Amino acid sequence: MKKLKVIAAMSGGVDSAVAAARAVDAGYEVVGVHLALSSNPQKYRSGARGCCTIEDSHDARRAADVIGIPFYIWDMAEEFHKGVVENFLSEYQSGRTPNPCLRCNEKIKFEAVLDRAKALGFDGVVTGHYAITKDSPNGKTLHRAADFEKDQSYVLAVLRTDQIEGAIFPLGDTVKTDTRKEAKERGLFVANKPDSHDICFVPSGDNAGWLRERLGSETGDIVDEAGKKLGEHKGAYTYTIGQRRGLALTVPDPTGEPRYVLKIEPKSNTVVVGTHEALAVNTIIATPPTWCGPAPELNKVLRGFAQVRAHGLPLACEYKFDGTNLIANLDEPVFGLATGQALVIYDNDRVVGSGTICETI
Amino acid sequence: MHSAGRSVRKDLESAREEIAKAIDCAPSEVIFTATGTEANNLAIKGLYWKAAKSNRNVIITSTFEHHAVMDPIAWLAEHENAQVISINVDRNGFILMDELAQAIKDHQDKVAFISIMHSNNEVGTIQDVAKIVKIAGDIPVHADCVQSFGKVALSFKDLGLTGATISAHKVGGPLGVAALILKRGLDIEPILHGGGQERDIRSGTFNAPSIVSFAAAAKESVAAIADRDKKVRAIKSELIQTVTKNVSDAWVNGDQTNCLPGITSITFPKTDSEGLLLLLDSEGIACSTGSACSAGVQRPSHVLLAMGLTEDETTSTLRFSVSHSNTVTEIAKLGSVIASVVARSRAASGKK
Repeated sequence: MKKLKVIAAMSGGVDSAVAAARAVDAGYEVVGVHLALSSNPQKYRSGARGCCTIEDSHDARRAADVIGIPFYIWDMAEEFHKGVVENFLSEYQSGRTPNPCLRCNEKIKFEAVLDRAKALGFDGVVTGHYAITKDSPNGKTLHRAADFEKDQSYVLAVLRTDQIEGAIFPLGDTVKTDTRKEAKERGLFVANKPDSHDICFVPSGDNAGWLRERLGSETGDIVDEAGKKLGEHKGAYTYTIGQRRGLALTVPDPTGEPRYVLKIEPKSNTVVVGTHEALAVNTIIATPPTWCGPAPELNKVLRGFAQVRAHGLPLACEYKFDGTNLIANLDEPVFGLATGQALVIYDNDRVVGSGTICETI
Repeated sequence: MHSAGRSVRKDLESAREEIAKAIDCAPSEVIFTATGTEANNLAIKGLYWKAAKSNRNVIITSTFEHHAVMDPIAWLAEHENAQVISINVDRNGFILMDELAQAIKDHQDKVAFISIMHSNNEVGTIQDVAKIVKIAGDIPVHADCVQSFGKVALSFKDLGLTGATISAHKVGGPLGVAALILKRGLDIEPILHGGGQERDIRSGTFNAPSIVSFAAAAKESVAAIADRDKKVRAIKSELIQTVTKNVSDAWVNGDQTNCLPGITSITFPKTDSEGLLLLLDSEGIACSTGSACSAGVQRPSHVLLAMGLTEDETTSTLRFSVSHSNTVTEIAKLGSVIASVVARSRAASGKK
């Protein structure tokens, strides 16, 4: 049989390096590719933990050389800016809290890169994500990683089945400490490189400051649910639903209860605050749905688990697809849920699908 | 000096004489440096600082020099008040002589020096350096000859140059040794200060073993020019025919008469050169794209832009370098894959 040819997306970190090395061991013909996500690499980030600095591209190249595979840099700056950064800004402007890692997987790694790889005659894309794909009679399905702490199926739940078909995750069965150990054994210098946590294109991790620089800092009112002014904010989009700290309210609550951000209204430029109870969400509505395997039967109520944050807990729920929206009714309420985040539905460890949260009740 | 030192000195000076013979200059005109980049920096900054003492601050160069010439000149403009005039090149890569003559006429007493490359590293076009020197009159002319040395016959004396840069690694010698050929009797400002080993113009302990290897490689390359030239040009011509037969809209950049024997730049419209490179490499064919930034992202080549190509066209271009050791069989291998490689790269490039 002809060797399958794959592109290994190499960020310069330990996970993608080990993933590429394992793909070679598994018998694939592997070509390493580092994605340049900024047309001016130092513009977005100057630290050592991101995924788009010059240092990271050198680390990726060094890892490819040690593994013994060809290595190229693909300029994805334009696609990244359009698909991820602009979307990030416009979502905040609309009062939602986006997750750029999901967008990057959806638009860059498993669309722009996968499409380009296929056009060049490759069969798939290897990444260092912690998730598992399994073959089923209806094609490949997406599952949680063996290491629940590192599981990244949440940020991959935006992939359509055709994208999952082209995805290879060699680290799905491995715990992170073993990955580092293996990197060391393989002589990969990145073995001890720290994990990246922040948003790669926001320098210093100061999300609010980065947004303020780009979206301005028009002050507006902070009000209670009845519309009474309690204070002022410096740019509504720098707040997140459920946020308690940094509100600087000038009118204290008569009961002395802490108050939380309930809603962000970009049109009137107001931030609505209220009690913890008012944050309770029982029903989550998300759209448009992406199915990571067979789509559920229309309007059929099914039992499963909802996850609403990258490393959040699975929440027992009933869910259904009504033809437009994916709707989850939680067994227990969840507190402080921002629109713009992804609702991901699991059938035990299998990812059923996802949607962007547009309404919570 | 003790006898061991004398023995090294003897080999070193023999090497200097050998290099001088290879480029037809006096041995005392050979100043060894560590790299071609250093030699270019020394010529450019040294000539500029010398001329600046007599209020000459205009540098004339071309729009498509190597970075090792372009960047020190840009540095002088930014930090040392240099005024830079970049002479345009035509579609074939020849500098516009009328523009050069006009620039000299306009700034006669202000011109510090002229630096124009002997042949271009991306497209291979060879300039008429003798004519440039003639137009320049008394103005010193430096030429980056790194690409030409050992590939075509060069006479420093006959060209009338003030400075020329050559490098060992382009003639099959070791990395880390090069030379600035600088006219006898001319003292320029050094950029490295210390023991003054090379005419008080370049300091630093001689890299004797590399210098000796450089001389041996230079001697062999220059002696082989006549034999290899015809063979290499025949292989290049075979490559061009093979490629254009298989990819009907591909074209060759640069003049095809006054050119280096082995370098050819070919544009494959609507492809992207990174994709071409990747696919050709996986077929065992090594070629190169133009320039990349420090992070390795491909950038439109300033050489091809200067010659009038669009940005999209510059990033659809590959440089092939053939040598006397390439064979017709290897060219046939390229011919058997190039059409499908180009088709795939086109599908992946998204260029319209």
